[in-house]
Amino acid sequence: MTSFLPPSERIWWKVPIGRQELVWIGIALVWCLIMFFMMPYWHLYGKQNLSNEAYQTTPASFQAKVDGMVEQYKVGEEAGMPVVRPPAGSDIYMLGRLWQWYPILELEKDKSYRLHLSSMDWNHGFSLQPVNINLQIIPGYEMVLTVTPDQIGDYAVVCNEYCGIGHHTMLGKIYVKEI
Amino acid sequence: MPQEENLQEPERIPFFQRLLENPFLLLFLGVVVPTVFYILWGIMEIATIPVAQ
Amino acid sequence: MARFRVCPDSGFYFDKSAESLMKVNAVAAAVSLLIAGIMALGVILTRWQEVHLLPADLFYQALTLHGINALIFWIIFFEIAIMYFAASTLLRCRLAAPKWAWTGFVLMIIGAVMNNVAVFQGRSSVMMTSYAPMQAEPHFYLGLILFAVGALIGCFVFLGTLVIAKDEKTYEGSIPLVTFGALTACIIAVFTIACGAIILIPTFLWSIGYINHIDAAMYRLVWWGLGHSSQQINVAAHVSVWYLIAGVLFGARPMSEKVSRSAFLLYILFLQLASAHHILVDPGISSEWKVFNTSYAMYLAVLASMIHGLTVPGSVEVAQRAKGLTKGMFEWLRKAPWDNPVFSGFFLSLIIFGFIGGITGVVMGTEQINLIIHNTIYVPAHFHATVAVGTTLAFMALTYLLIPVLFRRALFLPWVAKMQPYVFSAGMTLMILFMLGAGTLGVSRRHWDMDFTGALLSFEYPGTAYVMMAVAGIGGVLGVLGGVMYLVVTVGSLVFGKKLDESAGFLQSFGLPLPAATYNISRADPVPMAPRLAVEEHGSAGFEAPGTFVLAMALLVCFVVYYFINWGYLASVWPLS
Repeated sequence: MTSFLPPSERIWWKVPIGRQELVWIGIALVWCLIMFFMMPYWHLYGKQNLSNEAYQTTPASFQAKVDGMVEQYKVGEEAGMPVVRPPAGSDIYMLGRLWQWYPILELEKDKSYRLHLSSMDWNHGFSLQPVNINLQIIPGYEMVLTVTPDQIGDYAVVCNEYCGIGHHTMLGKIYVKEI
Repeated sequence: MPQEENLQEPERIPFFQRLLENPFLLLFLGVVVPTVFYILWGIMEIATIPVAQ
Repeated sequence: MARFRVCPDSGFYFDKSAESLMKVNAVAAAVSLLIAGIMALGVILTRWQEVHLLPADLFYQALTLHGINALIFWIIFFEIAIMYFAASTLLRCRLAAPKWAWTGFVLMIIGAVMNNVAVFQGRSSVMMTSYAPMQAEPHFYLGLILFAVGALIGCFVFLGTLVIAKDEKTYEGSIPLVTFGALTACIIAVFTIACGAIILIPTFLWSIGYINHIDAAMYRLVWWGLGHSSQQINVAAHVSVWYLIAGVLFGARPMSEKVSRSAFLLYILFLQLASAHHILVDPGISSEWKVFNTSYAMYLAVLASMIHGLTVPGSVEVAQRAKGLTKGMFEWLRKAPWDNPVFSGFFLSLIIFGFIGGITGVVMGTEQINLIIHNTIYVPAHFHATVAVGTTLAFMALTYLLIPVLFRRALFLPWVAKMQPYVFSAGMTLMILFMLGAGTLGVSRRHWDMDFTGALLSFEYPGTAYVMMAVAGIGGVLGVLGGVMYLVVTVGSLVFGKKLDESAGFLQSFGLPLPAATYNISRADPVPMAPRLAVEEHGSAGFEAPGTFVLAMALLVCFVVYYFINWGYLASVWPLS
């Protein structure tokens, strides 16, 4: 009679299932399939997907790419950090290290950029605020995604993966402007 | 005669019930399925990430 | 050789060595919960920005201790006790290889102490996840490895006991559903521990300098096979506990053995795939892998949880209706023993796990929606609904059931016990809901200072985020109070509780067996099959548990609405491809 005793029937597999359970299993299964197919659907018709384009890299070679961009497109400096305005449609780079996001990027509204992200040391979390886009940044791997900022504003990049005692000071900036 | 035999012999246990009554087969399945789909497939994904130029 | 005693109140059989092992594992679990709870207070009072109690180093240290003690040591010690109960007591079988079981326990204790010492020393504040290449002291990893080996031995003792029970025919027919659920937990535990070994052994060797590189992405992949699956052990274990409590309190039988066991089979096959929930915004892993794994192969494990969500309360409803509580939809529930903490703990655990933990887990585990949730404080909000309320509260309820039966003590301060599940779940629910809100506003997890003091650049979260974190802080403090009440009742019962058996003294509460004469049964009668129902209700055309069906549909509606709200929110952020 109870859940902690052996089943009352030796061949319990053949005991028919009540209608209530069958109905519920049917409803739940349909819902599970809807949720499953929402993900491929969004890949086809949604606008927020990761490309999953990525490369194995090293801190040194990624740093070289960042430095190349900074040298070419630097337009100013803020709090000792270069502000960079790369052309629309180009490859742009941001690196995470203890404890900064480098450099500051200035982007044009409604233009697409290929954003490359990597870490110089430990795991970091790229958390774009207040948009609230969150990505895991892993040392040794370069993540590439196409971003299209669709609103003007000052955006912060918070680090949301714990990276030691200075974790809370790790802030970066992305400015989106109408040019 | 066959009728009598049916009464004597315990009814055959269905396949799924036998599966659910075999802890070691379940253990095997419960370790192999995630190992293949999550661990091995995942390791292949990471190992095949191309090297940046 | 006589080895069993029968509890005169409950009729449960206890094998002498299994009984001692259940006691020591349960006590070790409670000690881990104590450490986790003290650290929880430090964490929540620091995240409450107006209080901001601890300095950064102590905060991260407290958070590491809180995470490991709550998510690993508390639950796994307790689960070992549950496994021994499910195999030895429920099957009236002697425990296989008690010496091995003790070896496992000692290893777990050494491991847990070693790991805690490493973190207390201050140079291993690496969080529970300890993502390489951030490095902890070697004994941090070694402690975890020893603990895992000990737990693995416990799993095999459980499996061995099942084998002995079958050979010696200590039960008729098939193993009970509760034991089957414990088997599910055991299987998931074996996978979990294997992943732990694969990743922690090389990491340990790296920390002492034998290996010079651990790949950071591989580490995350394999570590989450440990980190997430360990929480799936909980799901299987607490669902079994739900069935057990429903059976003990109401004489509830599974609505269908076939359905409930098949649901556990889906757990065995697919639940561990959800480790992928943590890898959804990692670089370089294909969407095919992400979609397949994050959805537990087309959400089949979610289907299983939705099935248990119907059949657990459904079995209670059927049992209550059979007792004549048939008025309307919910008389069975209204007239349930709400002042019995075993019931209130069980039912609140079920409701909060389903409505909050389950729904948020599936939503944030959706490949694309994870983009707006990953590593925000939404994530700990979710798993406090699943682990801190779902699992922990279920285990608390089970403790109240077992103190008289296993420890032979009456509950100490029963009025505190009566209130405890309400205080704990109210506090935790408040904290969870407001942390979910703050996460939606982008507040990050594992973060000492939402003011970013000392940063060169600046950013301000909206004022609402601060208010939400403050309310979450109040809820968290209330939750800690609920935890204190639990420990006061349990430790109080073991030390001061009225002895239900003359010989259940102080040392007996902490593992010593009762006097030899108590164990006066050498060969127990086989556990009988559950009695058949007088009237065959299986397969009836009507709905046996209409009230539960209404609850289930309410869950589904919340689920659907909340799911699509989050897609809507995702659609509003910057386009990415």
